[in-house]
Amino acid sequence: MSQDAASIETLIRQAHDSGDYEPLIDAVPYAKLIGIQVQALGDEVLFRLPMSDDNIGNPVLPAIHGGVIAGFMEQAAMLHLMIFMNSPQFPKIIDFSIDYLRAGLKKDTYASCQVWRQGRRVGNVAITAWQNRSNEPIATARAHFKLD
Amino acid sequence: MGTIEDRARNFLSVLRHCQLLGITVEQADQDGLVLKLPYSDKIVGNPVNGLVHGGAITTLMDTCCGISTVCFLTEFEICPTLDLRIDYMRPAQPGEAIYGFAECYRVTPTVIFTRGIAYQASREEPIAHVVGTFMRMGKPDAAGQPSRTIDGGAA
Repeated sequence: MSQDAASIETLIRQAHDSGDYEPLIDAVPYAKLIGIQVQALGDEVLFRLPMSDDNIGNPVLPAIHGGVIAGFMEQAAMLHLMIFMNSPQFPKIIDFSIDYLRAGLKKDTYASCQVWRQGRRVGNVAITAWQNRSNEPIATARAHFKLD
Repeated sequence: MGTIEDRARNFLSVLRHCQLLGITVEQADQDGLVLKLPYSDKIVGNPVNGLVHGGAITTLMDTCCGISTVCFLTEFEICPTLDLRIDYMRPAQPGEAIYGFAECYRVTPTVIFTRGIAYQASREEPIAHVVGTFMRMGKPDAAGQPSRTIDGGAA
């Protein structure tokens, strides 16, 4: 599966230059598996997880698997931090903490991020995910990343 | 009813996304649950070095902590995740399966506290430590709906 580092670095640089991060996110197999999309809106970045049967956990509600919501938010945080720092590489996850506030129903999910602190070695990112309205989050999370 | 292991397998079998990832039950008894996440190219998070994405490990551990409730509860209850925290100790070895172990360490009438470890060669060399809290929604009715309304958590 592994692609050479140089081609990924080129993909990252092209994404930073063009502001189009779709080709980069498509190069991350897990992001492609669950179907993450990214859209730059001016200086803001919006992440979208389109509704998919394959992402369902609880079949009764039905609801998106909590792990998929977490994976979506972790990937959003990572890419957001890369965009924020204009970083040439993927930051490494240190820890991730998520609070589930409402069931993630079988519909499109959105996420946006906020970098609260970017130190020399560690970055702190808060993530909010919602479906109907951004002020009714289905989950909030925060992650620390190692910046090398 | 069946054994704890039967109930764990039944629980896992209805979670579609877990089938997509190929997660299976390795072992289940009153002391806890072990699930297996096979390595595959589709769960890679870093295309340069082939490391598994944190999201796949989170899915393994959320599922493992959630299903570990059957080790304690004698009848099936829907238990949505309230919160989950993962601390990454070391990167997983690409190409090898990841195992998740979880146990309930405190059960109250409203919540269940669980903790777990993601590992490969040995539980003594964890990839990640996890703690998760789950809500107890009560036993489902004949239609499969929980006795309390779910609006406070994900699956």
